Amino acid sequence: MLYAGRMTVADSHRAVEAVWRIESARVIAALARMVNDIGLAEELAQDALVAALEEWPRKGVPDNPGAWLTLAAKHQALDQFRRRDTYQRKLQQIGRDMELRQESAEAELDEALDDHIGDDLLRLIFTACHPELPAEGRLALTLRLLGGLSTAEIARAFLVPEPTVGQRISRAKRTLADKRIPIELPPPAELPARLASLLEVIYLIFNEGYAATAGDDWIRPSLCQEAMRLGRVLVGLMPAEPEVHGLLALMEIQASRIPARTARDGSPILLLDQDRSRWDRLLVRRGLAALRRAEELGTLGPYGLQAAIAACHARALTPEATDWERMAALYRLLAHLTPSPIVELNRAVAVGMAYGPERGLEIADGLRDERALREYAHLPAVRGDLLAKLGRAEEAAAEFRRAAGLTRNVRERDLFLERAAALCR
Amino acid sequence: MRYLVTLKVNAQPDGPPPADLMEAIFKLGQEATEAGALLDNSGLAPSSEGARVEVSGGRLTVSDGPFAEAKELISYALYEVRSKEEAVEWTTRFVKLHRDLWPGWEGESDVLRLFGPEDFAPPA
Repeated sequence: MLYAGRMTVADSHRAVEAVWRIESARVIAALARMVNDIGLAEELAQDALVAALEEWPRKGVPDNPGAWLTLAAKHQALDQFRRRDTYQRKLQQIGRDMELRQESAEAELDEALDDHIGDDLLRLIFTACHPELPAEGRLALTLRLLGGLSTAEIARAFLVPEPTVGQRISRAKRTLADKRIPIELPPPAELPARLASLLEVIYLIFNEGYAATAGDDWIRPSLCQEAMRLGRVLVGLMPAEPEVHGLLALMEIQASRIPARTARDGSPILLLDQDRSRWDRLLVRRGLAALRRAEELGTLGPYGLQAAIAACHARALTPEATDWERMAALYRLLAHLTPSPIVELNRAVAVGMAYGPERGLEIADGLRDERALREYAHLPAVRGDLLAKLGRAEEAAAEFRRAAGLTRNVRERDLFLERAAALCR
Repeated sequence: MRYLVTLKVNAQPDGPPPADLMEAIFKLGQEATEAGALLDNSGLAPSSEGARVEVSGGRLTVSDGPFAEAKELISYALYEVRSKEEAVEWTTRFVKLHRDLWPGWEGESDVLRLFGPEDFAPPA
């Protein structure tokens, strides 16, 4: 490293950790292919990190740090296997393989990394997001293996105790080992379902961050960045999958609103009330480009459609300029693809804006008997809004009061009560 | 966090940049994009094609390039990363390519953080 002379120990450790953040997923992925065990691959990679923390501050960061880490981990693996009798069989299997290549190990490793790295990473992602694992295990394992986040960072991000995250990760690794889940790409027939499971994990990570964009702990909102980063990595690995672009588009367009969606006092600002000049133009531009790519690749799936809906807002310079008709049509497609009362409720809003409150209310009224929406504050809130637009103030106020009684979010409750009060004036 | 990385050149050998360098830069850019770190980048045309608008002593002046500075700003990159060290690491890789593949080239990159929503967070 060029400026090593002026660095303190803490500085150089941070520099090594930055390399780790960049390289760890690829190192673990390459090792997982060699040892066919994700838990072991991660341990070995961690050992390599420890070696790097010792050596790099003295000797400088090597030219190809990823290959250095992988090679160091490989040596660790050999040492370990030689020591442990229980791993005798694995030693034979892996040792033979490794000794064959030992001579030109480094050059070959570079090549191997370049050749396999895309597939290795994909295999690792698909395994970490395997449907056999519980959702929370998939989330933690993905952040740990693909994001290079520490257990402590994941715990802070999800507001759970550190040991809990540790348990989720070790349990997930054990499940993978016990069920002998191979580290491989899903067979073509399973790809759609497996890809859906993977995209779901990334979107869950995103939403966990998006739900927390207020407050002083920025590790939670930084989950949005992490999810978008994973989305971008995935776009590079699976450029032909429209839904991969669709999910990235959806996340980038939604994230573009982060600077505008919270007032200085922390209260939420509804989309139509947001100061659009504060939307992040770079993310809007990137999100719309990703959506275009998804559209070019074929028919939009659920993520692509949601991105297309979000794009109706992103393209409008003012709320009045929103193409509500297009949005209502997109919601109809989405409801067809993934029928859900919540999608239908959103369609009611779009239809209300496009074709008048009466039409919207018809759809919303049809949802009143939905069990899934019985406790859902936004059903009465949407009805309240449509009723208010029709001049039925009293009914509208009652709906907003009902919404206030249902929500668990204090700031949202205040918002509903304010609207109810305003209608009674 | 977003970082803007500029590249300024102090001295460079005559002639166009070596093809090896251009290829390596392209490859690194691709790698950084696929790592989800590089959001945007571009080379910049010589300042002789640009202009400068300046306020000095209450007077506004517009002048055409080239600018008088010894260092010419030749490219920028915009990264989204998790720490300053990560931005420095990508930048180091980028500058190292120039050192290794274009002998005699001298220049510098500045790594500057962009303000983000976290800088305007409501007080907790």
